[in-house]
Amino acid sequence: MILLAPDDWAIVQLSLKVGTVAVAVTLPPAFALAWLLARGRFPGRLLLDGLVHLPLVLPPVVTGWLLLLAFGTNGPAGRWFAQWLGITFMFRWTGAALAAAVMALPLMVRAIRLSIEAIDPKLEGAAKTLGARPAWVFGTITLPLSLPGILAGAVLGFARSIGEFGATITFVSNIPGETRTLPIAIYTALQVPGRDADVMRLALFSIALCLPALIASELLARRTVPGRGDHVL
Amino acid sequence: MCFDVAIRRRLGGADLAFEFRAGAGLTALFGPSGAGKTSILNMVAGLLRPDRGKIAVAGKILFDSAAGIDLPPEQRRIGYVFQDGRLFPHMRVRANLLYGERFAAPENRWINLDEAASFLGISHLLSRWPRTLSGGEAQRVAIGRALLSGPRFLLMDEPLSSLDMARRDEIMCVIERIRDELEVPMLYVSHDRREIERLASTIVDLQGSPTACGSTGTFAEISPARRAS
Repeated sequence: MILLAPDDWAIVQLSLKVGTVAVAVTLPPAFALAWLLARGRFPGRLLLDGLVHLPLVLPPVVTGWLLLLAFGTNGPAGRWFAQWLGITFMFRWTGAALAAAVMALPLMVRAIRLSIEAIDPKLEGAAKTLGARPAWVFGTITLPLSLPGILAGAVLGFARSIGEFGATITFVSNIPGETRTLPIAIYTALQVPGRDADVMRLALFSIALCLPALIASELLARRTVPGRGDHVL
Repeated sequence: MCFDVAIRRRLGGADLAFEFRAGAGLTALFGPSGAGKTSILNMVAGLLRPDRGKIAVAGKILFDSAAGIDLPPEQRRIGYVFQDGRLFPHMRVRANLLYGERFAAPENRWINLDEAASFLGISHLLSRWPRTLSGGEAQRVAIGRALLSGPRFLLMDEPLSSLDMARRDEIMCVIERIRDELEVPMLYVSHDRREIERLASTIVDLQGSPTACGSTGTFAEISPARRAS
């Protein structure tokens, strides 16, 4: 029987907070990007597609370093956020959430895009002929029909956020209670001899959090694209 | 004249030109596949933009390239019945039927849900999901959805093609009643001569399709033909 020690609980709580905020903040831009990539016909679409997917193939350390340059205390984006929104990222859980969001974005865009591409545009045309203005068509046809993909993307992005390590530790370091999420806590425990039991416990938490999420997202994705057996990953 | 159409559109390498005028009742666009029948309906509906020309229905101009008029589909007050029904899969039959009603101004609604449902014989289907309907049932729901949006006229794109013989007859009776009892003008596309001879008040023959000729720059010569009775 595995019990949560108070320290463990703080770590799990922080991971859940980081994952939830990352997904919540990423969902609207992920949907917008998915829609653009699925339906948009504009120059530079391939480039945008590549940029969105870059965190998937780039070494996470590089992503973390780029975030450091952009969102660090002296980075242009970092300064803007601090000045206008009062949000700082350096060595804070907000930075961990930002790193998780960037890493989760490509997976979320992929899942949502698949479901948007599965929508028959003729249904939207039919709604127009019935008198629906574009905003109504979007709200009553496009959005509900892409809902399985949105849910799949959210769940998958959440699981990815919980597992985020490289970009996070590069960007916001390893600070207990602030940026020490599950994987970083595991890494920390591994550095100290004799903490194998801690590692085992935290690893099991990770699996318990991520496996159901992954299965749920696959089931949702199959509902989105019936018979295609496509994988989101 | 009820339908007054003169349009040109480049489509798939062929230059399609259509010109016809037709009165009330059911106007059938007749011709082989590839003649551009569905394209005409889509242009009248506003789903496809003609390169130039003019479309007027019952005195209202829907499209006029010279005057820069191009009403979006949602302002044309059309009821479009598609070949494949095109019911919204995430809504029950009742929600499908009522989808267009909320957009119609009260004075433009000329039939309500109960009337439409009993007229079409679909009252028992209201709480079903579209995927559980037979082809004939789905097509009747699609017709009901179009009627309830308070349209000034109906467009029908081979509404019988996916049905078996018994169902065809059933839907043809419905269409005849729409034509005679509800007196809604209809533009009806088909490649089935018997179907058209039974239903049409006016036949527009699209024989000699320009795409069949294969060369670019050829035009369809279309003249309105009165139905020989």
